[in-house]
Amino acid sequence: MFKNLHMNYNLTGRSFHNNAIGKSTLLSIIAGLLAPEEGALYYKGRLLAECAPDDSVKIGYMLQRDHLFEWRTIYQNVILGLELNHALSSENRDYVLKLLEDYGLSAFKDKKPSELSGGMRQRAALIRTMAIHPDLLLLDEPFSALDSQTRLDVSADIAQIIRKTGKTAILITHDLPEAITLADRVLVLSKRPACIKCEMPIHFSVDRHDPIAIRNTTEYQLYFNHLWEVLTNEQSVFQPT
Amino acid sequence: MNSLFSNRPDNISANQYAYLKAHWHHHHMVSLARVLLIAAFLSLWELAARKQWIDTFFFSSPGGIVSYLYQMFLDHSFFTHTGITLLETIASFLLVTLLGLLAATLLWYVGSLAEILEPYLVILNSLPKSALAPLLIVWLGTGTNTIIVAGISVAIFGSVISLYTGFSQADPEMLKLIYTLGGSRKDALFKVILPSSIPLILSNMKVNIGLSLVGVIIGEFLAARRGLGYLIIYGSQVFRRWAQVTKPSQKPAPRYQGAGSIFTSGLTPVCNW
Repeated sequence: MFKNLHMNYNLTGRSFHNNAIGKSTLLSIIAGLLAPEEGALYYKGRLLAECAPDDSVKIGYMLQRDHLFEWRTIYQNVILGLELNHALSSENRDYVLKLLEDYGLSAFKDKKPSELSGGMRQRAALIRTMAIHPDLLLLDEPFSALDSQTRLDVSADIAQIIRKTGKTAILITHDLPEAITLADRVLVLSKRPACIKCEMPIHFSVDRHDPIAIRNTTEYQLYFNHLWEVLTNEQSVFQPT
Repeated sequence: MNSLFSNRPDNISANQYAYLKAHWHHHHMVSLARVLLIAAFLSLWELAARKQWIDTFFFSSPGGIVSYLYQMFLDHSFFTHTGITLLETIASFLLVTLLGLLAATLLWYVGSLAEILEPYLVILNSLPKSALAPLLIVWLGTGTNTIIVAGISVAIFGSVISLYTGFSQADPEMLKLIYTLGGSRKDALFKVILPSSIPLILSNMKVNIGLSLVGVIIGEFLAARRGLGYLIIYGSQVFRRWAQVTKPSQKPAPRYQGAGSIFTSGLTPVCNW
């Protein structure tokens, strides 16, 4: 979870009586795919459900797998969101082309997804998400399908891209090192029904862009040990410090 | 193709060359064995007929079939009958493909409709379609329409069931992607369901053309003055076994069923384009 998380997350166990509630359900509710049984979602003080369609808060959602469509080229894949929103203006097309250029994919824009590596596919999926100018990014274990080396590279890459845009992102991960390395704030959710067990702001004295340097600091060790304690101890509920 | 490899090209290593040679050798052996097998079967049949080991009245002979076919070529009846059946098959195939796609799309689009209709589809699909043919004659008369409808009735229900099953097995995550990007169910249909089902639709079409032919022949058995199905019935009624043996036969008298599909195999390349 990244910087600028202005959301007021009053999650309680009561809000989620549904047995199936978990992190993915939470994201689906934030994305507006599911309605909460109780409670409401606010974004920057506005009730999400009551926003007018043309003024609505745009949510960018990255799924566990990239789901690039094999029957479309990379370019056709990344403009999918614009196509669905009837927003294929030349301005938006230029924006997408610029993103492809920035993320080193412009040479591959007419290729099929199967011709790209896992990391490139995940970057293409990010462009598809960014193309609709989302206000808030939801990332549901977007790196879980990658091998560990690619995962380290791609996650650092994508975190940096998101940092540059200054957008808020909520990242779900089971990988504790990944959470500490990438996030500005870590929230630990309990088992179902999910409630927040611990909130931990993360600060490093070193450059955030280098995941290896971060993992060598003593702060990293402290965060890791503390969060590990919270994760493994079912009873303890830590208050925000 | 062998001549291509008679001398080793410079860009191929000796091992690779040996592998390719073995590959082509295997390939040629398979083709040769296939040709020899059919030649041996036909020669044995012809020999058995000439030596009167078998009664040509019941079993015909390759020579007899060829000479009868030649006769049919000369008086153009071959082209008339084959052409009629081909046209009817193509018409019912196109209609089955179109109607099947439309129905499956509707079932997918209106979720509860599929749940309501599913048992009826299964029942209709398992219905013996040849039993329907007499009813069709009563309802629609004895024209081309009846035969085309008979062709449709054989293929349509299976087509709808398999297409709908394919549609509903689309990756739910892909649909979720469409919805998170602000798309509607219609977008999901046109951007995910239909494009991802193209291989399914094509394989369904291959099944459909075969079944349409079966249905058209059944229709022609009962309600035609022209066409291959009519020829089969005519042949069996005048006991011209050697005529029947040359026709695609779905339902000849049981004793001759084996020999009856010689012409059908000739049609297969058309069916499996």
